[in-house]
Amino acid sequence: MQIFPRSLNYLPLIAALGVAVGGAGVTGGIWYYFSPKNTQTGYAPEQPIHYSHKLHAGDLGIDCRYCHANIERSQEAMIPPTQACMGCHAVVKKDSPKLAALRDSWSSGKPVEWVRVHRVADYVYFDHSVHLAAGVGCVTCHGRIDQMEVVRQDQPLNMAWCLECHRNPNPNLRPKDQITNMTWKPSAEEATQLASVKLHGPQYCSGCHR
Amino acid sequence: MSADSPIVEIGETPLVPAHVSAAFVSDSVSRVTEQASPVGWWMVFGVALLFLGVLGLSVGYLVWNGIGSWGNNSPTAWAWDITNFVWWIGIGHAGTLISAVLFLFRQKWRTSVNRFAEAMTIFAVICALLYPTIHVGRIWALYWALPIPNQMAMWPNFKSPLLWDVFAVSTYFTVSLLFWFVGLIPDFATLRDRAKNVARKKVYGALALGWRGSNRHWRHYERAYLILAALSTPLVLSVHSVVSFDFATSVMPGWHTTIFPPYFVAGAVFSGFAMVMTLMLICRQVYGLKDIMTMKHLELMNKIMLVTGSLVGYAYSMEFFMAWYSGNAYERYVFINRATGPYWWAYWTMVTCNVISPQLFWSKRLRTSIPVMFAVSITINIGMWFERFVIIVTSLHRDYLPSSWGMFHPTLIDIGCYTGSLGLFFTLFSLFIRWIPMVAMFEVKAALPGAQPSHHHAHTEHAEPAHGALAVKEA
Repeated sequence: MQIFPRSLNYLPLIAALGVAVGGAGVTGGIWYYFSPKNTQTGYAPEQPIHYSHKLHAGDLGIDCRYCHANIERSQEAMIPPTQACMGCHAVVKKDSPKLAALRDSWSSGKPVEWVRVHRVADYVYFDHSVHLAAGVGCVTCHGRIDQMEVVRQDQPLNMAWCLECHRNPNPNLRPKDQITNMTWKPSAEEATQLASVKLHGPQYCSGCHR
Repeated sequence: MSADSPIVEIGETPLVPAHVSAAFVSDSVSRVTEQASPVGWWMVFGVALLFLGVLGLSVGYLVWNGIGSWGNNSPTAWAWDITNFVWWIGIGHAGTLISAVLFLFRQKWRTSVNRFAEAMTIFAVICALLYPTIHVGRIWALYWALPIPNQMAMWPNFKSPLLWDVFAVSTYFTVSLLFWFVGLIPDFATLRDRAKNVARKKVYGALALGWRGSNRHWRHYERAYLILAALSTPLVLSVHSVVSFDFATSVMPGWHTTIFPPYFVAGAVFSGFAMVMTLMLICRQVYGLKDIMTMKHLELMNKIMLVTGSLVGYAYSMEFFMAWYSGNAYERYVFINRATGPYWWAYWTMVTCNVISPQLFWSKRLRTSIPVMFAVSITINIGMWFERFVIIVTSLHRDYLPSSWGMFHPTLIDIGCYTGSLGLFFTLFSLFIRWIPMVAMFEVKAALPGAQPSHHHAHTEHAEPAHGALAVKEA
């Protein structure tokens, strides 16, 4: 007596095909869609105040360190307090309706709740000052902030991306006085000089994870 | 007369009593999966499910709250979790030894025991795998232990024995599972052919993979079984050796010894046989399989336990000898502390259970007494748990720095994770007993008197073709 239909003879073939196609599909899908390049890059949350880096850093040419002070000495890139904004806006555009939230914060003493854009995992101890001291410019990791109306994450900030530079930092180095320059290009002379710098970032676990 | 026949002149007896026929074997084994379960089965299953629930709750709590829910802390960073892991892996050794090594050595008595032992192996390895999995704490990051290309550019450290462990245990599990399943195919076909209703026919039919018992099927089967046996034989030695490397390659006094691999393998076989014995004694009683799992089988297993138990005892004493002979003050202190320190009770429980209790089996009267062997088999498993506890905790709790000495105190979650794993094991085992033939029917039939082809004149009255033909007749 036959308990199974004859067509079931194709089962091994179909199963093998399914495993091959499905396996490739799942692998490819995870490879592409789960990569930080896909999940992280381009993150541009809306901020409580429509602050334009393009206007301030680009058109007006304010240096990054005017607001993000201490960046060369501190692990954290400081998010400027309301006071830093009011340094200008107490006199410039002081009645603009776009700045209502800023003035509320000024009068109430409650900080503006900026939304964090660049976030690495909690077990990563990233230090801004070390990277700037080594001669890595802002633009290398943050992209052309001076052209961004709304700040978005330009690079994936995943571990393989960090390691790429830790293994061979020279292409990303620049003179220390050009750190905040968004448009700096090395001259031929500078390029040879920077290429000969003996430097590498830590590649052992506790370099970044403590 | 075939090579497998008992040699009457030196007092060998047939493996199974004369009245056991092929039909009797099929009947008494298949019946268990076909009839309603006895009350005893429901009781075991119910209690096991209860403890499976305990396991679920404990593991859930642990994953949610973190490894701090266990009593592990500096200096005893490993405690019950790794104790349980090594204990279960050890228990999981009997299966391959019985099915592969004894197969290659043509020990026909394995036929009544191997199915059982292999199932136990698989369930024990499942329980064992649980512990390293939950011990990593962030179990969602478990894939870091595998060589999968990832966005962190991170790769496992192939110099670490912990990684070898991942491969050793998962290979062992895969091969054991394949071996078990391949061995089951002819028996699934028997169950399919005996099935009365369509659903049962279909399920066992699917599992039997179209087995019809033709000569070609048997030739392929026996070839595959031989290859799998040859593949798994080295695993009997390698898996527990690699587990012992977790300890032996460290620089901890009490762990850093070359005796560990053989010592661990002997202990693993020892505890595996003890667990098979415990389960077998219960099942042959409950399901009336005394004619298939005979006293002769039990006695042979007890002899193996006597041998491996004595090997383990030798290893214990050799560790002490080396601690003295090496002249290493730290090594010496660890062993003095083991026997006389705050964990003296664990050490002496281990020695009593593992070294002294199997010595009872020197006496023929004791090794053929069911109550004695039942008690000893349980004692051995208690002792083997304590062996791992002693190795892990007494070595760690007083290390090089007296300022960091401490004691290990288990928490409720520790206890839940351990007793719960017994629940998982017995749940799986009850389900196995209920749905899968617990004795390799066709292999027992092949070991019946007269089942083997006979080329000489003696015993020709029983001469029958190879056991393949028997299965066909059966079907």
